[in-house]
Amino acid sequence: MGIRTLVAMLAVALVVIGALATQESYKVFMPGLLQGAVLTIEIAVLGSLLAIVMGVLAALARMYGPAPLRWLATVYVEIFRGTSALVQLFWLFFVLPQFGVMLDAFLVAVLALGLNVGAYGSEVVRGAIQSVARGQWEASTALNMSRPQMLRRIILPQAFVAMIPPWGNLFIELLKSTALVSLITLSDLAFKAQQMNQNTFKTIPIFTLVLLMYLAMSLVVTIGMRLLERRASLGLARGKAA
Amino acid sequence: MIWDWAFAFEILPVLASAAIVSIEATLIGFALAASLGLVLAVARIAVPWTGWTISVLVELIRSTPLLIQIFFLYFVFPKFGVVLDAFTAGVLAIGIHYAAYCSEVYRAGFDNIHRGQWEASVALNLSAWTTFRDIIIPQAIPPIVPALGNYLVALFKETPLLSAIAVLELMQTAKIIGSETFRYTEPMTLVGLFFLAMSLVSAALIRSLEGLLNRRTMR
Repeated sequence: MGIRTLVAMLAVALVVIGALATQESYKVFMPGLLQGAVLTIEIAVLGSLLAIVMGVLAALARMYGPAPLRWLATVYVEIFRGTSALVQLFWLFFVLPQFGVMLDAFLVAVLALGLNVGAYGSEVVRGAIQSVARGQWEASTALNMSRPQMLRRIILPQAFVAMIPPWGNLFIELLKSTALVSLITLSDLAFKAQQMNQNTFKTIPIFTLVLLMYLAMSLVVTIGMRLLERRASLGLARGKAA
Repeated sequence: MIWDWAFAFEILPVLASAAIVSIEATLIGFALAASLGLVLAVARIAVPWTGWTISVLVELIRSTPLLIQIFFLYFVFPKFGVVLDAFTAGVLAIGIHYAAYCSEVYRAGFDNIHRGQWEASVALNLSAWTTFRDIIIPQAIPPIVPALGNYLVALFKETPLLSAIAVLELMQTAKIIGSETFRYTEPMTLVGLFFLAMSLVSAALIRSLEGLLNRRTMR
């Protein structure tokens, strides 16, 4: 979908939320839902930051690290990609305390989602680094650059552009996965929706609002990543225009 | 002791029977996703004026959490007098969610068919139905089988969400065992290992399938 269509969809979603919020039957739910949305956004942002860090570290460790580090990174990636996010969340929440490690629910949420998406992200980073043309590596070697120099100044800036769209998809996945944290007692948007639904049985207004809010948040991420991609590919011959 | 083997073996049969429910949900959900996805992708091409509606619908489904969609279906249907049990509602939600993803995969498959194939079909006076059934689909599907396989695995990993509406699948069973015995380590770890094993095996299967398909199309 083009960026204009996405912006139009976002505008429609926001207008519909705004219009519904003035209706008597929807109005009562707004403060609680907005409160939940704030927590959802907090977890999504912190989780994304952790995912980026883990993704880059794991990718670099798998590609250039010494053997033990490489194995460690591979095990991390396989475990977090091979089991589901909810299992990881529950494992950290229920099992870790039995080993004497007590983390509060918020920290568990950020950790589980960040580590989960970071594992997928490491494959994205790896693919993007490998997609940089061989000649770039050879030229950097010819110019007598050290490996960190090469990565930092030549390879990563080019790989960055190729990473943006898949990372955009991962951020959306992470945003959607934040709904899972409602199952470990955090009162995010999904939790508030469930709670209000149980108290009032006004299922349709509540869930309509909640779905629209998630839609709006996802669209903001999608549009933001599109703009970033456009910005980052300026001046790069390989970035495709339009 | 932190890990109790005797306890682990004791709960294994219960978890195994719950795993069957998870696998059932996966297979039914994926059958729904694959067929509904194909319908969406074909409708987009074959039925005029549906393109825009379908892409908005797909975007909507893909941009909102599956968990909320599961709750929505589970709680909203009774409002219209249709009472679905948790398993049906959950599988329906998972199927519809992944149908949106699958329809994009099919679309990519259709987009890769050379224009000439469509033009030749028109020139041969084939009906739209025959064109799809005999010309387009047989060429479009094999290259996208690995992508569909990846979504099958992804869908399988989403089935623990059904525990949120109390379907007695693997996760829910593990949680019940945990809350009854206050031992979470064994059930949760076993569930994790089960998913890990299934994912690694299916990843290997998909890779070999990919190799097989590549060889076939290379000829």
